[in-house]
Amino acid sequence: MIQIENVSKSFTLHNQGAAVIPVMAGASLSVTAGECVALVGASGSGKSTLMRMIYGNYLTASGRIMVGDTDVVTAAPREIIELRRRTLGYVSQFLRVVPRVSTLDVVAEPLLVTGTDREIATEKAKTLLDRLNIPERLWQLSPTTFSGGEQQRVNIARGFAYPYPALLLDEPTASLDPTNRATVLAMIVEAKARGAAIIGIFHDHAARDEICDRQFDVTAFTPGLAA
Amino acid sequence: MTPLLQVENIAKMYGARIGCTDVSFDLYPGEVMGIVGESGSGKSTLLNCLAGHLTPDSGAVRFDTRAEGLRDTVTMSEPERRMLGRTDWAFVHQHARDGLRMNVSAGGNVGERLMAVNARHYGEIRGKAIDWLGRVEISEDRIDDRPTAFSGGMQQRLQIARNLVTGPRLVFMDEPTGGLDVSVQARLLDLLRGLVREMGLSAIIVTHDLAVVRLLADRLMVMKDGHVIEAGLTDQVLDDPQHAYTQLLVSSVLQV
Repeated sequence: MIQIENVSKSFTLHNQGAAVIPVMAGASLSVTAGECVALVGASGSGKSTLMRMIYGNYLTASGRIMVGDTDVVTAAPREIIELRRRTLGYVSQFLRVVPRVSTLDVVAEPLLVTGTDREIATEKAKTLLDRLNIPERLWQLSPTTFSGGEQQRVNIARGFAYPYPALLLDEPTASLDPTNRATVLAMIVEAKARGAAIIGIFHDHAARDEICDRQFDVTAFTPGLAA
Repeated sequence: MTPLLQVENIAKMYGARIGCTDVSFDLYPGEVMGIVGESGSGKSTLLNCLAGHLTPDSGAVRFDTRAEGLRDTVTMSEPERRMLGRTDWAFVHQHARDGLRMNVSAGGNVGERLMAVNARHYGEIRGKAIDWLGRVEISEDRIDDRPTAFSGGMQQRLQIARNLVTGPRLVFMDEPTGGLDVSVQARLLDLLRGLVREMGLSAIIVTHDLAVVRLLADRLMVMKDGHVIEAGLTDQVLDDPQHAYTQLLVSSVLQV
C-alpha cells in the first residue's frame, strides 16, 4: 500500500546563511495492507520528517513515495488533496481547526467531504467521541478550549472517522490516560484488521511492541548520524 | 476533468513597472486558491486581471462557461464579460462599501443581483434575500435597513450574501477578512468554509494573512515583485517553504 523508494531530503535555510541541512538519504520502506510499522530513532533523526514527506506536507528531493497509485513526490496539489481525502489519513500531535466549529462537526468533516450523508456522518462522530470518553456536553463546543488530552482524543476521533486504507499516526497515545490509551490501541488494531497500512511514531514503547509488526530505524538514513 | 479557470502567462505593466508577469495556473471545480505576498507584490493586480476589472497586457484567462466550455475572458466582448460577472462570478471586495450600494436597503442589495439575472417576482426575491441574510447570520428584521446602519463585520457578511445569492461558481476575494476584528474574522472564515463545501464553489483569495489561507485555501501562490516565486499545496508551502522570501514570510508570523 505504501512504497517508499530511495528518498532523500534536505532543508535550505536561506535566511540563516543559506545553510543546507541534509536530513535524509536513501530511505526505502514498504508497508502492505494490514501491517503496522513503527518509525524509530532518536529525536531529530527524521521520523516526523519522513512521515510529513509521505503526507506531502514536506517536499521530497528525490526518490519515489507511492501511496496506492499516487506518487506523492511528483503529484500535483489536487492529486494530493484527493489522496488525503480518500486514501491517506494523518493523525498529528496537534489539532488545528477553524474557530467556532463544533467538536461534532470537526470529527464528522472527513466523512462530509467524501460525500457521506450528514446524519450518518454525525452518528459516526457521536459513536467515536463516546468511545473516546469525550463527555456529550462538550460536543457542541469548539475543541479549541479543550484540555490537551481532550484535543488529542478529538484529533484521533477525526482521524479514524473515515476508513482510510493508509494511516499515519504521530504519537497517538501521548498525553492519554490508561483507559483512553487502551481504547486508541484497540482502534488501531481494528484499523489493521480491516486492512489499513499504518506507519506510526510511538514513544510509548509498550504500545509500540503491542501493536506494531516491525520497526524501521530512521537513523540509518540520516546523513551525519549513521555509524 | 476540465479546469474551471485556466490562466496562461498573464502580464500587466504599469508603464515601465511590473504589475504582475508570467502567471499561469489551473483552478479546478471546488478548489480554493490563496495568493499571498507583501503589499505591492502584484496580488491585487493579478486578481483584478483575472476578474476582468483590468485588461492584462498579454496572456489568456479561460473560464469554463456553462454554454460553450472554455472561453478566453480577456478577448470576449464586454457584455459577455459583464454577464459572467453577474452570474457565474462573484467579487468580494476588501472594503464592503466598494461592493455594496450604501443607500439601498440590505434586502435590496441582495435582490439587485437576482434582478440582474431576470428575477422579477417581488415575493420570491424578498424570500431569497431573507434566506441569504439568515445564512450570513444577519437577522431578518434588519432587511430594510441600509448598510450604512451596519457594523463593518455585518457589511462584509452582507457583501458575501449579495455575491453568492446567484449561485456563482467562482468567487474572487480581495482581503475578505482585512480590517475586521479577530472574533468577526473567525466567524466569517467559518461561514466561508461552510459555503465553499456546501455549494462546491471555487475561490481565489488574496490576503496577507497566512492563518487565513491555512484554514481556507487548498493551494497557495506566493508573489513578490510581480512574480509568482512559489506555489503548491498550502500546508506544504507554509511548512516547507523553498524560496528565501517565503521562508522569511513564514518565520515572520507572530505566535499568539
